[in-house]
Amino acid sequence: MALQSAAEIRALIARHKRRDVIFGLFGILCLAIGLLTFATLFVDMLIDGYARLTPEFFTNFPSRRAGQAGILSAWVGTVMVMFVTAAVAVPLGVASGIYLEEYASKNWVTDVIEINISNLAGVPSIVYGLLALGLFVYQFGLGQSVATAGLTLALLILPVVIVATREAIRAIPAAIREAAYALGATRWQVVQGHILPYSMGGIMTGVIIGMARAIGETAPIITIGALTFIAFLPPSPVGAEFPFVSFEWLTSPFTVMPIQIFNWTSRPDPAFQANAAAAGFILVFMTLAMNGLAIWLRYRIRRNIKW
Amino acid sequence: MSVSAASSETLDSRFRGNDGAASAAGRLARRASRRLKEKVIESILFLAALVSVFTTLGIVYILVSESVVFFRHVPLRDFLTDTQWTPLFDDAHFGIMVLLSGTLVSSAVALLVAIPLGTVIAVFLSEFAGPRLRETVKPMLELLSGVPTIVFGYFALMFVTPLLQKFIPGLPGFNLLSAGIVMGIMIIPTVSSIAEDAMRAVPMNLREGSYAMGATRLQTALKVVVPAAFSGIMAAYILGISRAVGETMILAVAAGMQPNLTWNPTEPAATITAYIVQVALGDLPHGSVGYQTIFAAGLTLMLITLLFNILGYWLRKRYRERY
Repeated sequence: MALQSAAEIRALIARHKRRDVIFGLFGILCLAIGLLTFATLFVDMLIDGYARLTPEFFTNFPSRRAGQAGILSAWVGTVMVMFVTAAVAVPLGVASGIYLEEYASKNWVTDVIEINISNLAGVPSIVYGLLALGLFVYQFGLGQSVATAGLTLALLILPVVIVATREAIRAIPAAIREAAYALGATRWQVVQGHILPYSMGGIMTGVIIGMARAIGETAPIITIGALTFIAFLPPSPVGAEFPFVSFEWLTSPFTVMPIQIFNWTSRPDPAFQANAAAAGFILVFMTLAMNGLAIWLRYRIRRNIKW
Repeated sequence: MSVSAASSETLDSRFRGNDGAASAAGRLARRASRRLKEKVIESILFLAALVSVFTTLGIVYILVSESVVFFRHVPLRDFLTDTQWTPLFDDAHFGIMVLLSGTLVSSAVALLVAIPLGTVIAVFLSEFAGPRLRETVKPMLELLSGVPTIVFGYFALMFVTPLLQKFIPGLPGFNLLSAGIVMGIMIIPTVSSIAEDAMRAVPMNLREGSYAMGATRLQTALKVVVPAAFSGIMAAYILGISRAVGETMILAVAAGMQPNLTWNPTEPAATITAYIVQVALGDLPHGSVGYQTIFAAGLTLMLITLLFNILGYWLRKRYRERY
């Protein structure tokens, strides 16, 4: 295409510049579709469930009458399961991360572990449910208990915690380690005195993101066969008599927030769906708050740390 | 690291050589116990790192061992070619194609939403948006990907389906279309953030070269940056696919749980994942063929996602090598 005159060249430039602007607007439009959907979801749940967001909603058990049903057993179950998940996933994940960054030598075992972790992160959550069903529920005989659910979710978020730990550790400059080693510190002293404290913020961010994911996971918990209608609480972990703490709650049947929402959503009565909306709003709010906290933490770390 | 540790060790022993003989035994004992402690700690950390390997082995063992029993009852040929999925009826049929069709159709709908939107958002954020806009929007997109899928399921069933019914009369209350659309929106952040990372990894001098030739932003983005980041962008798509294939709750809530061999997204149909949920909700005795079907279904799902994960891993590796 031969251009004859300056006017034609100018027209060509103008046309391409116009395309630039059009694409920019198109990009904003696409972004708006994504973010507006999210806003709609949030507002829709609030409108549908607003009438149900009363203090009694938090203190009532699920009921056959939608107006009296609440999420007491669901949120207590969620807290208990999350406690087990954190108690298992955090030490294991942080220890794995430290091993891979500070101890592991470059050999095939390390390669296998690394490839394996990145592969585990892509396994669908329901497959973890099947693992738990076959292994924890039947082979270990843990049944459909708080412990099974907590362990399942712990395995599910383990890759998240490991990756976050490794990234946090990798950000620490080598000079810090070298200085500690030069003073005669052993490996563990370096980890304990320097690596862990300096990477704590990054690790926390990863843990919170992992927990936010675990709190909303439904499929693996349904797969282990958790009951959907629970109108009682697991036994209390603290008792009035000696020895004051009891671990009976670990073996108790339970329900969690997402399962309660699923149960209410699948009922045809619209009154129950209002309950589902209210509980869903609370769940979204919880995950948003956790993710927000993690993002804020990451921002603060990035701003404060200057090596 | 090991080099500096070793050198501190030799330094230690040299100092000890100058010490009196009386305290040498005590020092040696202390050093031995210190070494033992280090060894024990290292072993504990190593065992923790092995847990993830055991998780994978556990998954493979459970899925394969239960599936082996299943395939003793049901020939593999029937499993792959039968066109009915009625494992709980007296006249039992086990045609995985029925569930696979639901999974493929819903994933296709999700990708038709997520790939164009995700790519445009990635190009926009990487090449057009200023740093301020990018830094505000990225965390918001991240938040979007953190919303529990059960909530997206509720949204698909209660909001998107009634909305679609206004445009498509006769759309059933459960359908693959609305579940797929919502699933697509859910995976937009996955696709856009990885694709954007890939584009931002393209060296600046490629862009500068393009601008110097008089190209506009759009021309640079589409003809220089996107081709250069191609394999990274493909990896983003593949991760999106494997998320769509493994997604459970949106489909269980909004697409119905009726097995249905169909390629029409406006029909209700069960996916592999929704079937597992359906069986788990019921009370199937441990060890029955019905119970084993979910492991065979799970194995199929795992193989599909594994295939995509390997493809994605390979692509990412290739793209890393380029710069």
